[in-house]
Amino acid sequence: MSAPTRHNEAWRYSDIAAVEAAWPLPAPESIIVPAGGTFARTIIQDSGTIHQLDIAIGKGATAAIHVLNIGGDYGRVELNVTLHEGADFKLGAVQIGGGSQTLEVITTVTHAEPGATSSQIVRSVLAGTATGTYLGKVAVARDAQQTDSVQSVKAMLLDRSATANAKPELEIYADDVKCAHGCAIGELDAMGLFYLQARGITPADAKKLMLQAFVAGVFEGAADEEALTEAALAKLGDLV
Amino acid sequence: MLQITNLHANVGDKPILKGLTLSLNAGEIHAIMGPNGAGKSTLGYVLSGRPGYEVTEGSVTFNGQDLLALEPHERAAAGLFLGFQYPVEIPGVSNVQFLREALNAQRKYRGEAPLTGGEFLKVAREQAGALGMDMDMLKRPVNVGFSGGEKKRNEMVQMGIIDPALAILDETDSGLDIDALRVVGDGINRIMRKPDKAVLLITHYQRLLDYVKPDFVHVLDGGRITRTGGAELALELERDGYKELAA
Repeated sequence: MSAPTRHNEAWRYSDIAAVEAAWPLPAPESIIVPAGGTFARTIIQDSGTIHQLDIAIGKGATAAIHVLNIGGDYGRVELNVTLHEGADFKLGAVQIGGGSQTLEVITTVTHAEPGATSSQIVRSVLAGTATGTYLGKVAVARDAQQTDSVQSVKAMLLDRSATANAKPELEIYADDVKCAHGCAIGELDAMGLFYLQARGITPADAKKLMLQAFVAGVFEGAADEEALTEAALAKLGDLV
Repeated sequence: MLQITNLHANVGDKPILKGLTLSLNAGEIHAIMGPNGAGKSTLGYVLSGRPGYEVTEGSVTFNGQDLLALEPHERAAAGLFLGFQYPVEIPGVSNVQFLREALNAQRKYRGEAPLTGGEFLKVAREQAGALGMDMDMLKRPVNVGFSGGEKKRNEMVQMGIIDPALAILDETDSGLDIDALRVVGDGINRIMRKPDKAVLLITHYQRLLDYVKPDFVHVLDGGRITRTGGAELALELERDGYKELAA
């Protein structure tokens, strides 16, 4: 099978040259969370690699993935999640890019059975001519009643030359479901920055404070929450 | 302390200040009143360095320094404090974190040692208490969910913590009920009525001046100071209106 092109929806915003150079990719890592089990994983992508995970979450089981996507020219984290009855999936992802980096988080979350919950929170901060993308499909099967899924996607552009792409996609075949989705792409509030500076905070520190607030909470509950937060703040410091 | 000479300033393309001249000495409290659109808030923003406000002519000296040559954060460290007419909400950043960073940034700029967490909390508690705000409010994100009056009182708590040399208070009395007005008025007198400090009160209405008696009252009209008087000028204006007293 040859490398994907931009015509493949899941690779539409990717750095195709980098993908071709990495092709063929190894098979995705397959994770099966047994019924009633728990799974947690932290992915810090800081060297320009492609991570692909297939996760099947059994009845009543939970999986929590925390992602910090910050490094290399091209970094991609792709998750393919299937939820069985009463299962729960949480994703907390932060992407921070500058220069001409291309970073992306691509998820497909399938509610195959009823009563499962999923929550995806993605925050991207982009500067220079970087591109940050979130493509998130939530598929709800015909019998997956009482599905409760949430997608909250926000991107902050520090320069108007940066690009953020956000595509939440819902394919719902059941009729008693909650599928909340929210997307916002914007800039730092100029009045907020001025207010902080008018009280003595330097322009760079003012941006850092507001960006810190922007990504706060995404890593709550992760085992290495502190390490993730430190790494995120360090990368933000490089950008401002 | 503050010498503004022939200040002309635009907001975008529109000239708003058209030759404003004003002096404040240490120990003085000045009030600026005037009709809507006269340029009162513009003056506050120009002095504090808000982007989008361009000085086209004139000069401002603050304690001997060229104020207009300084960045906003440098003006704050030099001792200038702007009490905002519409204090800004900053979700996710707590009042405590914001003020501790602000105060320590100013101290660093001036070559002073930063306050420790404990020292800062002590100052914060004192100032908050004196203005009827409890520490719970200070732990919340800056101005988020605060009523108009609470935002104005929060500005005064910030002023108490930062302890500036010159406070420019832009319509600090708008949105305050009778009790809050007294608390804010007392706060201004307590924090700023000192021989080495000065206050420029920008106000629409006379009532704050019942609590903070000014030494001088100026009328700002058409981008310039058209009249200057003592405290009784404010009462005349209230009685007769701005048109009557136009220069």
